[in-house]
Amino acid sequence: MDQSHAAQKKSGTSVFFGDAQGRLLEPSPFFRERARRARFRDWRFLWWDKTERVKSPFSTTEKPTPFQDVTSYNNFYEFGTAKSDPAHNAKRFRSDRWAVSIEGAVAKPRVLDLDLLKTAPLEERIYRHQCVEGWSIVVPWIGFPRSALINLANPTSSAKYVAFQSLYDAKQMPDARDAGIPFPYLEGLRMAEALHPLALLCFGLYGEVLNQNGAPTRLVTPWKYGFKSIKSIARMRFVEKQPPTTWSLAVPSVYGFYWNVNPEVDPLRSQATERRLGDFFKRKTLKFNGYAEQVATLYDGMDLRENV
Amino acid sequence: MTLNRIISSRGAKPSMFLICLLPALVLGWRAWSQDLGANPIEYITHSTGDWTLRLLLITLTVTPMRSVLQLPQLIRFRRMLGLFAFFYGCLHFLTYVWLDKFFDTKDILRDIGKRPFVTIGFASLMLMAPLAVTSTASWIRRLGGRRWQLLHRLIYFSGLAGVIHYHWLVKSDIRLPALYGTLLFLLLAYRLFVFAAKWRERHRRRVSELQPQPT
Repeated sequence: MDQSHAAQKKSGTSVFFGDAQGRLLEPSPFFRERARRARFRDWRFLWWDKTERVKSPFSTTEKPTPFQDVTSYNNFYEFGTAKSDPAHNAKRFRSDRWAVSIEGAVAKPRVLDLDLLKTAPLEERIYRHQCVEGWSIVVPWIGFPRSALINLANPTSSAKYVAFQSLYDAKQMPDARDAGIPFPYLEGLRMAEALHPLALLCFGLYGEVLNQNGAPTRLVTPWKYGFKSIKSIARMRFVEKQPPTTWSLAVPSVYGFYWNVNPEVDPLRSQATERRLGDFFKRKTLKFNGYAEQVATLYDGMDLRENV
Repeated sequence: MTLNRIISSRGAKPSMFLICLLPALVLGWRAWSQDLGANPIEYITHSTGDWTLRLLLITLTVTPMRSVLQLPQLIRFRRMLGLFAFFYGCLHFLTYVWLDKFFDTKDILRDIGKRPFVTIGFASLMLMAPLAVTSTASWIRRLGGRRWQLLHRLIYFSGLAGVIHYHWLVKSDIRLPALYGTLLFLLLAYRLFVFAAKWRERHRRRVSELQPQPT
């Protein structure tokens, strides 16, 4: 222990990079830079390490989009509306406490925090991720199935939907005022969607802890357009009625509640094709972003042209 | 005046030419060094679109600047600025047709018909085309000054269409389109103001002509 302390002092790294046994882990340059910027005060570095994650059978075999692209091309309006803004403006973003408040129709409302996370079985899932703007990426997310969290939350039978609210810290997110949409961001899923094994509660990507991609924790629903995968979750409320969502409130003529990836439905722009970042030619967009086999049954008997 | 002398100097026009070419050169350089970000095609589309609108507005500032700053020689740059706006507009359109849609005519036509922001952007460019064609001295002669001037007022509508195009395509953050819109409004308001002043003057003169003249 003394030795490792001496090594830390010498190298300038921090105790936060130690694993459970007190062994020092060698942080990647990215990680070191992030830690330096956060001045070691960020809680997220307390528990995150770069050990191998459990691989998931849900992962696609497609080539992941480079880390640089995934972290420098983001729609995270709290940190500015240009794609390159979040990478710059979220550099010093600190979310001191990971805590998601679980409310509404649950056996016992509670705040889930870091302690839960430490025991969470994090796994890596490589998902296709598509934006409604016509571009897509492949991301190796790290997280755990949302259904595991919901089981922990223990919702009652009256819970039909889950409403999400994002963390909004006006001090740390001054650009949010000019985004043109109100914050905190609101999203929602039907219970069956939230419980689907593909739905992921995400904490990191490419082995690193999340930052401009939705720190401290975000939702990933790969069969829906990206804006449905709410970033920086602060509250989860189990409710009976379909909850309002930010974009459907802002532009009701265009945005509905479901917004599954669907090449045939295009009130905003043509959704028939998408450009995978890094490709020159566009590719045909698949229904449910290629996850039809897993999720299509969720929408049996629903007209997805009507229920956008 | 020194400024007027600089503007009238022999090197002024070539210098302005190079300045106007700079955004294209920077874009070319960034493309060459693979520095266009994660979505290069979107970057090129936005960059050429931005410069089209900026140069359109700059072209529209020439006339007010001439009288407000008393720099009549600025007229030397007007045609070049307008042509550069058209040039960047064409690059913008070419990026869309070639890099974005890859000459998928069916898709492009559907886009122009179905997406209002594409329709109006296309209209903006189409309004600029006759102005670019008739920008030469021989065309001014052929049309006659008055008619030529009347035709070239199309630039007001092109600018308006350009700003609306921008406003319709942004998702929620309307700061930049609002800024361009405000500038355009001021530039057009100036012209209206000048027109009204001239009209009043003419009216006053006509009235005074109708007064019985002392003999």
